[in-house]
Amino acid sequence: MNALWNLLITFLKIGLLSIGGGYAVIPLIQEQVVEKNSWISEKVFADIITISQMTPGPLAVNTSTFVGLQIGGVAGALTATIGCVFCGITISLILYYFIQKYQKSVYVLEILNGLKSASLGLIISAAVTIVSLALFGSSKAKPDLLSLNWAAFFLFLVMLFFLRKWKPNPIIILLISGIAGLAFYG
Amino acid sequence: MEKSKIKTYVWLLTTNLFISAFTFGGGYLIIPVVRRFFVVKKHLFTEEEFSNMAAVAQSSPGAIAINLSALAGYRAAGIGGALISCFAAILPPLVLLTLISAFYQRFISNGIIAAVLKGMEAGVAAIMVDLIVDLSSLILKKKSVLLSAMVPLSFIANFVLGINAALILLSCCFFCILQVLLQRRNQT
Repeated sequence: MNALWNLLITFLKIGLLSIGGGYAVIPLIQEQVVEKNSWISEKVFADIITISQMTPGPLAVNTSTFVGLQIGGVAGALTATIGCVFCGITISLILYYFIQKYQKSVYVLEILNGLKSASLGLIISAAVTIVSLALFGSSKAKPDLLSLNWAAFFLFLVMLFFLRKWKPNPIIILLISGIAGLAFYG
Repeated sequence: MEKSKIKTYVWLLTTNLFISAFTFGGGYLIIPVVRRFFVVKKHLFTEEEFSNMAAVAQSSPGAIAINLSALAGYRAAGIGGALISCFAAILPPLVLLTLISAFYQRFISNGIIAAVLKGMEAGVAAIMVDLIVDLSSLILKKKSVLLSAMVPLSFIANFVLGINAALILLSCCFFCILQVLLQRRNQT
């Protein structure tokens, strides 16, 4: 029981403190799960990140399921996952409720505009990491032409052309590029 | 319960299960996918409303994908809709990770899975760039120097200077409000 309680508290904390999503939350989760509680080793944590990239679902949810399972089986996985998403769901619902209620207010409108511009900046920041990982195989900001993966670059351009021209469902793009990956690298 | 409400619940459940099970690449990728199903296909809300939801989901703590599912579900069918959507968004990764954790060493070193994922990386990159083009044109359309300038500034602050995302979101809100206050003062 004590272990489950500890899991719940830790993942509530991770859920509450992780703003910005994606790769930005990795150091926070690592600090809590690997360094502070020693629930899993550094190596296993690196493996979870790899698995997270291979499977659908947010990194934080994947990590909480994995860690929860090790500590307390299925009950542990449920406890950790619920803890991890609870604060985010509650806070975004409350925030959205107030924004809808006061949507006529010029201040609310301006706050929303500010949030939209800032989050686009954050999306671009995540995209630079993702694009350089996909095309150059490393997350370094400096593009090194020698390490450009031509197959990936070609696939990226074709997919981008499809998206701009026909606006297909992104899931279709994922399927096509997955099959192309199998043909290129399989 | 009315029939139409049950129908909406069932649609939310199946759609969120589908989205969550097939959206690789995490976090931000969920934005164009949810937009596709809720705005383009079902017309449950407008582009403008959706961009508000996406901003709120990103500015709240926690996983963006789960927050956005909750908001879209809430907007479509109230608190019940939000709960159903969250449940459906969490279930696929929970089940999948539980299965994988039993034999994850073999999963990681599988060549076929690695090849499919390497291909998907390029697809995810293209989807992100497409999303950025769409969102940028929404912001440029407002013809506000402050709003447009804040996009590259936030990027530099986060990517180059490594400033915390929460701090960036807060300062942008602060500058927007400051601008309104200054404009009001000039008018009187």
